[in-house]
Amino acid sequence: MADLSIVFAGIKSPNPFWLASAPPTDKAYNVVRAFEAGWGGVVWKTLGEDPAAVNVSSRYSAHFGPNRQVQGINNIELITDRSLEINLREITQVKKDWPDRALIVSLMVPCEEESWKFILPLVEATGADGIELNFGCPHGMPERGMGAAVGQVPEYVEQVTRWCKTYCSLPVIVKLTPNITDIRQSARAAHRGGADAVSLINTINSITSVDLDRMVAHPIVGDQSTHGGYCGSAVKPIALNMVAEIARDPQTRGLPICGIGGIGNWRDAAEFVALGCGAVQVCTAAMLHGFRIVEDMQDGLARWMDQHGHQSLEAFRGLAVGHTTDWKYLDINYKVIAKIDQEACIGCGRCHIACEDTSHQAIGSTLQADGTHGYSVIEEECVGCNLCQITCPVEDCIEMVPQDTGKPYLNWTQDPRNPYREAS
Amino acid sequence: MIDALNHLPRPRAGAEELAGQFGDLAPPLTARQAAVESSRCLYCFDAPCVNACPSEIDIPSFIHRISDENLQGAAERILSANILGGSCARVCPTEILCEQACVRNNAKECAPVLIGQLQRYALDNAAFSEHPFKRSPASGKRIAVVGAGPAGLSCAHRLAMHGHDVVVFEAREKSGGLNEYGIARYKLVDDYAQREVEFLLGIGGIEIRHGQRLGDNLSLTDLHQQYDSVFLGLGLNAVRQLGLPDEQAPGVLAATDYIRELRQADDLSQLPLADRCLVIGAGNTAIDMAVQMSRLGARDVNLVYRRGHADMGATEHEQDIAKANQVRLHTWARPDAVLLDDDGRVRGMRFARTALVEGRLGDTGETFELAADAIFKAIGQCFDEHSLGDPLAAQLARDGERIRVDAGMRTSVPGVYAGGDCTALGQDLTVQAVQHGKLAAEAIHAQLMLNVEAA
Repeated sequence: MADLSIVFAGIKSPNPFWLASAPPTDKAYNVVRAFEAGWGGVVWKTLGEDPAAVNVSSRYSAHFGPNRQVQGINNIELITDRSLEINLREITQVKKDWPDRALIVSLMVPCEEESWKFILPLVEATGADGIELNFGCPHGMPERGMGAAVGQVPEYVEQVTRWCKTYCSLPVIVKLTPNITDIRQSARAAHRGGADAVSLINTINSITSVDLDRMVAHPIVGDQSTHGGYCGSAVKPIALNMVAEIARDPQTRGLPICGIGGIGNWRDAAEFVALGCGAVQVCTAAMLHGFRIVEDMQDGLARWMDQHGHQSLEAFRGLAVGHTTDWKYLDINYKVIAKIDQEACIGCGRCHIACEDTSHQAIGSTLQADGTHGYSVIEEECVGCNLCQITCPVEDCIEMVPQDTGKPYLNWTQDPRNPYREAS
Repeated sequence: MIDALNHLPRPRAGAEELAGQFGDLAPPLTARQAAVESSRCLYCFDAPCVNACPSEIDIPSFIHRISDENLQGAAERILSANILGGSCARVCPTEILCEQACVRNNAKECAPVLIGQLQRYALDNAAFSEHPFKRSPASGKRIAVVGAGPAGLSCAHRLAMHGHDVVVFEAREKSGGLNEYGIARYKLVDDYAQREVEFLLGIGGIEIRHGQRLGDNLSLTDLHQQYDSVFLGLGLNAVRQLGLPDEQAPGVLAATDYIRELRQADDLSQLPLADRCLVIGAGNTAIDMAVQMSRLGARDVNLVYRRGHADMGATEHEQDIAKANQVRLHTWARPDAVLLDDDGRVRGMRFARTALVEGRLGDTGETFELAADAIFKAIGQCFDEHSLGDPLAAQLARDGERIRVDAGMRTSVPGVYAGGDCTALGQDLTVQAVQHGKLAAEAIHAQLMLNVEAA
């Protein structure tokens, strides 16, 4: 079997699956259960200054798909609501009992040097492997000048990171908020401040739904609600893009990235690694299914790596980064056309109506002798948009077939149709 | 009616236990099941299920609305195409209609969407506070509908919706036709048929007169004179005979007569039980008869058909129900003689074995006997000629015994329309009758409005 062990920003871990800083890593009881289940590491739920935060009752809400499949969870929980002393004591004990696992401590204190100078030695004394700076919490804490309020200002990110590197010898991972315009600005700031790694994404500002009888959003606290932070599989596409943006940014090239956001299985994890991540963090999937899922994640990832001859994560890490580029460098001469496998087609007509109403009128419907309809691609009209393939309920029924156009690679910067093309 | 069987014993089980035997064959979906099942629908475009529905219900749309938790919207979608959607959801042979056509009805997709069950779920749970359809302003036209079965009721409702006044003439004590009198009790339980009629009448403008039988106290000539249009939804009220001596002996009965009695019985333990019984025929009525007798406690239920399994009128699903209820299916055997005991009552039947010889059904020369306390005939219903005795009715063009109609359900007599089983058009199904009634109403409405404009 492939070796799943990693060394991420100097931190050793038997596998790349870490639990993200969140309720599952709130206290020793949970963390021990997680280690027993096989998690390679945990990021202990964010510590802050005493007195500890106070949470409200009614904390989560979800965006559901059909059959109550949870697409995403929204939470309004704050950082730890237990005292610093208790947390530090438990961290010390757990690290002592589980020396081979990665134990990272998430931190959030006011944006003042003294605050960081105070807490960092206490954390280092626990024996923890590293710290993660929570610059991402989008609810509650920013109202007090912490969390995303720091993460949204690159200068603060840089400054706090530098304090941490100054007053602490542990690896510093800076956790980034996605609630910004350009994720690269925060990553660059962390890099400038001396960060050993970045982790992303934290949760996204969200309201999942509104109770139309009570006219209040979820989760409901009394007769009010507030926005929360969104996570779970629905945010994975956003997270993957932000990871890729950083991975291919020349200014941060080589900066270790810990991927977070909607990772629920080995394939999700492999995708984050392919876009450059050296480790991944999971939370929502564990909250929905329990810690046991890590076994399936390890097993699936190791088997896939074996099948593809990857002996370690490093063997395929970042392989998709080079294939991720700006739109303007895409080959304008590349062409695919939809092809429907008539044997596999069940005749639902979804591809037809999608193309007919909303795309390029490239799928014809023909009434058959038995009263049903047959569907076929009108090749001259097909622009290769993939919509039909997306709407088709049958896997592999519609294939997007590359066409031999006989034309060479040509991107928009070179295309004669581009009035602003670079002079050749 | 069951005089012919009065000499037989009563069921061994008590009323309560028997009532349990005749509960819903397919229990209704729970909300959770409906949510799961509705999300399986692929929301097809030009959906094959709609093409397969004789009443053209927009199935993907109503299922989508169930999935959206809009049950009233779902129910209205169904009812706008089929006002008897509730009973159709229960009695339709969906396995040869919508669910057969469902694109998920193949091994790769596991199973078709349970369209019938979802339809029932929407209608059972829509909880309308008032009738969902409004009548157009009164047209001043009056239409006579003969027969308060699915065709007549559907026609009456659509006519009332268009603002016409309707008088329905019904021979029997209750409305509903076969839904009330002819469907297996476990398919359409409790008083659903009556509740559905009440719901339908909620639109207003429909009067039902019972005890009015065409050919007896009602004539087409009179109706034609007194009303702006007439719709005939007569059904098939005569039973095919075996054509054997002793067919009238105690112990021989039409299956439809017994089923009617069974459906009306308050106490099933008072029904005569044929412990050993024979059902002749292989349509859904034959299956209904055999299965119900089995559920009443009969120990030896035999269904005998003169051809093979593949030729049976009953669907495979129906045949499976029979087998699950310990009904033995005998094929390739033809009734040859009713066997009587010394008291002149049925003791069994002799059958001639049959075979196909050069494509024609013939006897092999072999015979066998089956013992029975009763024989139920279920070889089909036929047209009751008596109903069309008056001079105008006699002019109606016919296809075989049934009334000839065109696609607009017009008969050969102007102003007279017909639909349902009494016509030769389409299949003999409740859902088909509903569609006929609806189409006839639209044709009547168009014709009457044309006349108004011309005037």
